[in-house]
Amino acid sequence: MKISRIKDLLGAELFCGEDKLDTEVYSACCSDMMSDVLAFVKDQGVLLTGLVNAQVVRTAEMMDMACIVFVRSKTPSADMIELARESGIVVMKSGYRAYEACGALYSAGLKPVGNN
Amino acid sequence: MSENVTFHFDVDGENFSSAGEASVLVKKKLRQLGISPEIIRRVSIAMYEGEINMVIHAEGGSADVTVTDKEVAIVLSDRGPGIPDVSLAMQEGYSTARDNIRALGFGAGMGLPNMKKYTDSMEIETKLGVGTTITMKVKLS
Repeated sequence: MKISRIKDLLGAELFCGEDKLDTEVYSACCSDMMSDVLAFVKDQGVLLTGLVNAQVVRTAEMMDMACIVFVRSKTPSADMIELARESGIVVMKSGYRAYEACGALYSAGLKPVGNN
Repeated sequence: MSENVTFHFDVDGENFSSAGEASVLVKKKLRQLGISPEIIRRVSIAMYEGEINMVIHAEGGSADVTVTDKEVAIVLSDRGPGIPDVSLAMQEGYSTARDNIRALGFGAGMGLPNMKKYTDSMEIETKLGVGTTITMKVKLS
């Protein structure tokens, strides 16, 4: 699924990564616990989270993720956006709650990360 | 690579939001050295977890990374409180992190288990009231 489709499905507002909306992603995960996100090392492309701090961006960077979606209209700080821009990560926010956002992406064919 | 490459970082224990900066820099350096993405990811996740641990539990410390033609070695050293029971600390889900750390997305008790999982070897030297040194190695092939 292209990141642009994720943005459309979630009615999301983009903060950075305009030039990467054509990137294809194949799976996603959703968590507010970054420790749990780091426990998986498959190629998940998208992180959905309600947690807003710099460690979300660093976790995504460590996991080679392409896109972060903040749910419930949570807004990242300018520092976080800059950090993501430096790492080439697309950042957006959606008014959807985590469960709704996951449901929308799942129904449209974006699958979860397999256990490793 | 004929010569070893080393990096040294001081990890600031005062500021949680800067935790992980050293790991991000190491990741970039390893990319420049042409190391495979899979190895880079394992090294950087293990180091990142270690860095977070040093900030949460030990008010910072130092990180030294050495790249040879055979492996990447990461040595994380702190002067924190030490780990009273290493085998307990190695259990998935066991954490002594406070609730304010959980609110930041960490403290799930996955740090040390993840570090072990993503590296080929991990050694913990710890002494109560003195500090902890963790040495991790990831083979390049």
